[in-house]
Amino acid sequence: MPNFGLVVFPGSNCDHDCYHVIKHMFKQECEFVWHEEKNLDRFDSIILPGGFSYGDYLRTGAIARFSPVMKAVEKLASEGRPIMGICNGFQILVEAGLLPGALIKNSSLRFVCKWVNIRVENTNTPFTHLMRRGDLLRIPIAHGEGNFFANQDDIRKLTENSQVVFKYCDEEGETTSQSNPNGSIENIAGICNSQGNILGMMPHPERCCEETIGGEDGKAIFESLISWLEKSESQALIRTHV
Amino acid sequence: MDNKSIALSHGVTEGEYKKIVDTLGREPNITEIGILSAMWSEHCSYKSSKVHLKKLPTKGERVVQGPGENAGIVDVGDDICVAFKMESHNHPSFIEPYQGAATGVGGILRDIFTMGARPIALLDSLRFGDPKLPKTKYLVEGIVSGIAGYGNCIGIPTVGGEVYFEECYNGNPLVNVFALGVMNKNEIFRGYAKGVGNPVICVGSKTGRDGIHGAVMASETFTREAEEKRPAVQVGDPFTEKLLLEACLELFKTGVVVGIQDMGAAGLTSSSTEMAERAGTGIILNIDKVPRREAGMTPYEVMLSESQERMLVVLQKGKEEVAEKIFKKWALDFAVIGEVKDTSRLNIFENGKAVVDLPINLITNDAPVYKRPYRKPDYLKDVKKLKISSIPVPNDLGRVFLNLISSPNLSSKRWIYEQYDHMVRTNTAVPPGSDAAVIRIKGTNKAVALTSNCNSRYCYLDPFAGSMIAVTESARNLACSGAVPLAITDCLNFGNPEKPEIMWQFKKAIEGMSEAARVLGTPVVSGNVSFYNETENKVIYPTPTVAMVGLIEDLRKHVTQWLKKEGDILVLLGETKEELGGSEYLKAVHGQVSGPPPQIDLEAESRLISTLIEATQTGIISSAHDISEGGLAVAIAESCFTPNGPTGVKIKSLYGKIREDVLLFGESQSRAIVSLDKKNIHKLENIASKHGIPIELIGIVGGDRLFIEGLIDIPIRKAYESWAFGFENSLKSKIFSHELTQMITNDISRM
Repeated sequence: MPNFGLVVFPGSNCDHDCYHVIKHMFKQECEFVWHEEKNLDRFDSIILPGGFSYGDYLRTGAIARFSPVMKAVEKLASEGRPIMGICNGFQILVEAGLLPGALIKNSSLRFVCKWVNIRVENTNTPFTHLMRRGDLLRIPIAHGEGNFFANQDDIRKLTENSQVVFKYCDEEGETTSQSNPNGSIENIAGICNSQGNILGMMPHPERCCEETIGGEDGKAIFESLISWLEKSESQALIRTHV
Repeated sequence: MDNKSIALSHGVTEGEYKKIVDTLGREPNITEIGILSAMWSEHCSYKSSKVHLKKLPTKGERVVQGPGENAGIVDVGDDICVAFKMESHNHPSFIEPYQGAATGVGGILRDIFTMGARPIALLDSLRFGDPKLPKTKYLVEGIVSGIAGYGNCIGIPTVGGEVYFEECYNGNPLVNVFALGVMNKNEIFRGYAKGVGNPVICVGSKTGRDGIHGAVMASETFTREAEEKRPAVQVGDPFTEKLLLEACLELFKTGVVVGIQDMGAAGLTSSSTEMAERAGTGIILNIDKVPRREAGMTPYEVMLSESQERMLVVLQKGKEEVAEKIFKKWALDFAVIGEVKDTSRLNIFENGKAVVDLPINLITNDAPVYKRPYRKPDYLKDVKKLKISSIPVPNDLGRVFLNLISSPNLSSKRWIYEQYDHMVRTNTAVPPGSDAAVIRIKGTNKAVALTSNCNSRYCYLDPFAGSMIAVTESARNLACSGAVPLAITDCLNFGNPEKPEIMWQFKKAIEGMSEAARVLGTPVVSGNVSFYNETENKVIYPTPTVAMVGLIEDLRKHVTQWLKKEGDILVLLGETKEELGGSEYLKAVHGQVSGPPPQIDLEAESRLISTLIEATQTGIISSAHDISEGGLAVAIAESCFTPNGPTGVKIKSLYGKIREDVLLFGESQSRAIVSLDKKNIHKLENIASKHGIPIELIGIVGGDRLFIEGLIDIPIRKAYESWAFGFENSLKSKIFSHELTQMITNDISRM
């Protein structure tokens, strides 16, 4: 069974929510990892949860990227293990240089918490391989600095390499400016690295895995990830036995 | 200045000073004056309110902890308890809206987790002045972003509350913050300094010079110079509080904590003396051991600092290392600063030199208690008269309706609650916007329902009836959500208690609240009094805010106010009377705040609540909504405006003995509107008739219009948009920005 590591930075506050989904709903192995840990080799996948690491007083994610755990995250990423940063986790991945671009203040200059729609742009990742391109997910956002920005060059590369994973859209799947909740360039809601194993997204899939709290479209992301990990586990098993 | 003059300048009266000197047999020194004046301030001692607060019912089967602790605790079954409390942060928020509101959130959260509970929800009850004033816009922006800034960062969802605009709050906005936490019944912690020889520990942030004498500030009325008091407002640090929260919850699990209390108003002074008082012990503090933010602080400053994010903990002797390790992990200060003694005295030393020697009782139990004189205010003679026949019925009731639902008081508060993270912790089953927020308790099938209410216009016209309605409306909100009302926490906001008219309002409000709470079986388990809400002699309406907590045993049975499906029928429960007094319609359309508020019959209300609970529990109801401000028409519209967009309704002719505008917008109490599948109507009839509640089938869900036969017929989309964007539009209105520019220009020219 895949083993998830859930990094807790001082100020993380969606750590328990992610734990609840992975451990209690999907019944996977999952462990909180204090940000001072230096070895994550025991984990198959790492989640950087949302929150306000170090209060986000300097710039979101700017201090957390220096936490000792980030070196280990980088190592696992280079080995191809899936890393998912949600909200503040995305901001940290960007600050750490594991993903391109920057997350700046929402165009409204206000924090915004609401349900939005996102469209799946790339299904060739561990996090989306069970979905179809163009699928819509209804999912909550909650951030003050989720306005994705990158220079023209980076945007071109992101597009060419299919690194844009999710885009904000309306109920019909159109990426209109009205459906863009924070001013993100090209309605970008989530991106991955060129290998596809590091995902950063501003929306919160862990907040929409149960009808009781408003929806369960987020399950698709965890289902994809778990199935991908199970598959690679069995492939590894086959390899060692051949 | 001699010591007596210093004491008087601290707000101590001549008589109080004499009492101090007589008890001590000497004059108090400056630090002692600081301690006594803070603890004897209205804010800490409740000296004007105490005699009246005793009338509130505080006991009940489920009450585990009533008033007197950091928060009230109620048993929700299966060894789970919830701790909750509401507190005001009015004065600081007026002076510095962002930090004032933010530290209000921080303070109430500490009250909850100091008892061993993990906070899971916040509510905010906010009151502002005339929405047309630029100052109001400034306060709305500042206070809302302060609440958001603190709550979002620490990761506790803000799931509901209320917002009102009324001229009486122009110079004195109200910020009442409610928090609720969950705990195991056998893991409750209290503020007891027990066990002679046990160490006293200061944890959390360092102590600085901020907020010195905030409690005294909150016990004075405002003058123009109020803003000069900015240094008395503390600065919040939600990140540190998040660390403190996690560290404390981790510490509680170790079993080494004897007692704990947060350092709120009057900081180290109140926490140390109240803990000793409850345990009947004494306490020694070595003030030089308190971690400081800056050098050169005097004992006076350290004792009275209201630096945020600090806790005072009494540990089992010898277990200091266990605790220290946890606080070090969370990068927080940990310092042994004193010891529990059997002296019943507070002894403070600075580098071994005695600086304070006071009996604990003098500071706490023997604080002055006043039976202030009260007198019925003269204004009531004029405002209570209202001849409905002299009020003209408007020609275009549809237009009146649109104006009402787009007004700041009745329009959607989405602009506010979207700035609050209301989903974090993934428990929010019913988000802001319905009658009550519903928050599930993970690991069980249960949920709590939360609401807060106070129509201060009613309270101004009749504080007794108005505060009863604050209680009954809260209970009705919960019942509409499928919850059984359990208990109350209150936040009593009033003017200067030294004025007999204010004291009369206070006394009447307490009596009304007591009676309603008794009849409905919802004891008051915690609360807060905020007096002196006056600026330059302009006093606020009496505002006894009620927050009520209800229990839903089976989360699946919760109900929202939103219509669910086409073809469902709409049923009105309760009786509509010829009443307009104190209504939003009367104020907004006819410019009058007059008349008696709607009648409230507690016994009828109680029967309505039973009807609603039974109907929701049997699962026959699709939606239920309480009828309050704006009356039947607004309640119907609010049911139509679902989070997924608007749904139309057709309502039959409602003509009867009651004139049209009263029928649509009158605010008769003890009414609710429910929708249900028509096959269930007989079941509802049976339940209602069993409880003696009249019901009337009034319409059907469907179509794309809001149609009330002969009265209102408008496209539902148009109504929805007026309501959904009304609040934002009034904040953005041209008049507004023009006035703001004018104000800034004036300010600059004065420089």
